Amino acid sequence: MSAHTENHIHHHHKETFVTKYIFSQDHKMIAKQYLITGLIMGIIGILMSLLMRMQIAWPEKPNIIFKALLGKWAEEGVMDADIYLALVTIHGTIMVFFVLTAGLSGTFSNLLIPLQIGARDMASGFLNMVSYWLFFLSSVIMVISFFVEAGPAAAGWTIYPPLSALPLAQGGSGAGMTLWLVSMAIFIASSLLGSLNYIVTVLNLRTKGMSMTRLPLTIWAFFVTAIIGVVSFPVLLSAALLLIMDRSFGTSFFLSDIFIQGEVLHYQGGSPVLFEHLFWFLGHPEVYIVLLPALGITSEVIATNSRKPIFGYRAMVASIIAIAFLSTIVWGHHMFVTGMNPFLGSVFTFTTLLIAIPSAVKAFNYITTLWKGNLQFNPGMLFSIGLVSTFITGGLTGIVLGDSALDINVHDTYFVVAHFHLVMGISALYGLFAGVYHWFPKMFGRMLNKNLGYIHFWVTAVCAYGVFFPMHFIGMAGLPRRYYTNSNFPLFDDTQNVQVLITVFALVAGLVQLVFLYNFIHSIFYGQKTVQNPWKSNTLEWTAPIKHMHGNWDGEIPHVHRWAYDYSKPGYEDDFVPQNTPLKKGEEELQH
Amino acid sequence: MINLLIILILFGVSVAILQMVKIYDLTQGVNKDSSQIANDKDNSRNGYLMLAFLGFIYLITIISFVLWGDLPLVSNSASEHGPRIDRLMVITMVVIFIVQTITQFLLHYFAFKYKGERGKKALFYADNDKLEFIWTIVPVIVLAGLIMYGLFTWNDIMIIDEEEDPLVVELYAQQFNWKARYAGQDNVLGKANVRLINIDNANILGLDESDPNAQDDVITTELHLPVGKPILFKMRSQDVLHSAYMPHFRAQMNCVPGMITQFSFTPTVTTEEMRINPEIYDKVANINKIRNEKSKALQANGEEPLDRYEFDYLLLCNKICGKSHYNMQMKIIVESEEDFKNWFNEQKLFKNSLVQN
Repeated sequence: MSAHTENHIHHHHKETFVTKYIFSQDHKMIAKQYLITGLIMGIIGILMSLLMRMQIAWPEKPNIIFKALLGKWAEEGVMDADIYLALVTIHGTIMVFFVLTAGLSGTFSNLLIPLQIGARDMASGFLNMVSYWLFFLSSVIMVISFFVEAGPAAAGWTIYPPLSALPLAQGGSGAGMTLWLVSMAIFIASSLLGSLNYIVTVLNLRTKGMSMTRLPLTIWAFFVTAIIGVVSFPVLLSAALLLIMDRSFGTSFFLSDIFIQGEVLHYQGGSPVLFEHLFWFLGHPEVYIVLLPALGITSEVIATNSRKPIFGYRAMVASIIAIAFLSTIVWGHHMFVTGMNPFLGSVFTFTTLLIAIPSAVKAFNYITTLWKGNLQFNPGMLFSIGLVSTFITGGLTGIVLGDSALDINVHDTYFVVAHFHLVMGISALYGLFAGVYHWFPKMFGRMLNKNLGYIHFWVTAVCAYGVFFPMHFIGMAGLPRRYYTNSNFPLFDDTQNVQVLITVFALVAGLVQLVFLYNFIHSIFYGQKTVQNPWKSNTLEWTAPIKHMHGNWDGEIPHVHRWAYDYSKPGYEDDFVPQNTPLKKGEEELQH
Repeated sequence: MINLLIILILFGVSVAILQMVKIYDLTQGVNKDSSQIANDKDNSRNGYLMLAFLGFIYLITIISFVLWGDLPLVSNSASEHGPRIDRLMVITMVVIFIVQTITQFLLHYFAFKYKGERGKKALFYADNDKLEFIWTIVPVIVLAGLIMYGLFTWNDIMIIDEEEDPLVVELYAQQFNWKARYAGQDNVLGKANVRLINIDNANILGLDESDPNAQDDVITTELHLPVGKPILFKMRSQDVLHSAYMPHFRAQMNCVPGMITQFSFTPTVTTEEMRINPEIYDKVANINKIRNEKSKALQANGEEPLDRYEFDYLLLCNKICGKSHYNMQMKIIVESEEDFKNWFNEQKLFKNSLVQN
């Protein structure tokens, strides 16, 4: 354990506006920057999904909203088919990377790692700052790509070549795709800098007494997430670079034998399947990069609000590690019907269904944590329970998709859309909301309004099921995803009712996010002032003063004497025992 | 029906919002303690809402099955391996359904039952190796069963038995249509590469004109299949990725430029037979009812009414491929061996289809 030297706090140079709010190297400020950028990207991403839903529900009908928002892509108010695919693409990219990776992991890893392990800041404040600004830059480029003449990238968030490589195949594969690739390359650089920082910080800067087995599960989740990121993001970067080479320098890594618009192209010998392998080698771990931090947050929020130790701490840590390991050897389940050798399909079916086991352990442990608890339904707690619910519902249908034989018939249908939105989209979003409600007092020194929080949760929860539960059924009816309209297939006419219903739920869900937005902005300035430890939590961040300061603690950093989950421990009057409370004489620390 | 449902939902949601805002107002007025930390009242209220939410999850499950339970393709498959996939799908769904019902119950019921009260203390209960073992081993056993079943099915479908003398058909994908190429008398497809495409003499699939095997190939825009005969599909794409998806046959394979992929199945039900299948008949009747209603609305606006729908098997593109991805389809007709032969004999052989300049 690193005994921490106390030299940081003696910075007495005056901070300017720029060093405090813009080019800040303080992890708490960087966390806020991540959160607010992530929320803005989230608004854009959700708005795009609503436009798509309206198009699917009421195709070909002129819509004044399309006209207002899409301009030349919706002359007369009818959406262009290319821009529909662009919405699909950018919605996916923004939500997966910019909101649920950077917005979630970036915010809470930055905020919580130093505070919960008892460090004065990240290992490198400078790299941390660079990481944020690279993320900001990549966000700006991604948004700018929407204003390119021939349209933004529109080949799906998976940008499979040749579609993404050939401007002849699709307008969006020109300058729009170039910007997409540049933005993602910068994003990956940002993510790697962040991840390295998190790993180093957790390994080296823990306060006295904070052994790895005393780490809160949040930190375990962030730590392992960072490792997955470092292992898998570079592979996507290499895929992106090779794709750039194919696009701009005439190489043939992913392209071969192409005849398009009356001409034969020179590419020979490459394989699009190779790209798919490279993409999903990141793409699948990415699911867990998104999900693990949400689960980490949930562990913390559920334990605190249940006033009970998290059930099975060791099993939770083991399952995080097992999930991380397995997540790197299951990518082929996205590729069962790509022409990959069927034997490989068998292998990936096996590894994929294995990953259900640690996931099941986590779900059962959450449920058992609630059992005989004294549940405090703060909004963060509601979102955490909501997460467990959608994680189970969405996770279970993974058993269908992970089974290669079944995947044949539901691959790339709405069934897939329903599955991954529930299990990673909604779940991770709930994790983000749980984190915001729970640590808002730590971030801004004020509380979010709980009643608005309740409205936000319950309406969102009903709508999330309303949107994605029926969607499984139209998927099993064989309806392919990413169709601009289904009206060319009378076969699917009987699914159109369901589409309309889903869109109505989606619109309501979109509207209720405004309640959250109002609550968030209003409470930053006018929220009720918080007390130091509002949720009566054990972890170290609540021992730090409310008012933010460089170095986190006045004077010495607290020492840690126990794990983070001594809630309602017999022998104590209070139902919580902060980690910095020394063990009583004769008190045993739980063997965990 | 659906409109009524929408109105009901909108009504429900607005009532919920109004009620909550009202509650919010009341707490503001009566209760001067405006703490933003949950108190007993919040706990109790949200505890009951948890129970209600459990009801909602069950309700939406039941509604989905009642209203849309006939949509899923888990019966009436039209290929030999189809029923096996369907059976596995049903078994998996039953397992999922059971686990979902139980776990959601436990989660929400515990949330309701143990809602917090001031002064109550939770049970300090941090670990139980036996329980952990149980919920590791039970999923292991269940999943092992599903994996075994799935893998046997998968291998049976994907490993192609050339001994069966399948009919070889190439599915050729391009933005945004499909072509089928039959191997002809010799049942061997002629060599082909997109570099050999010659639009001027109508060699549109890039066949090697000097290859003897190519001479009797037949290129069509409709896919006709003889019932009861194994078909070996060879997929090819000339431009971007496409996916040949034939949902009624439980069949799908991507078409990848630069390589040939394959999938094999045996159609078992002719188009005519499928049209008189009672469930399909009802489905089609229902679709036509929907189309009629739409037609009425269209005619009121002075537009053309929709065509009457008749059931046909379809080949759809199921991999995003560009602007008209949503309309890339080909009709599949399964017919008796005799009808197939008659149709086939009417088609032009490749050597005769070329335009000589």
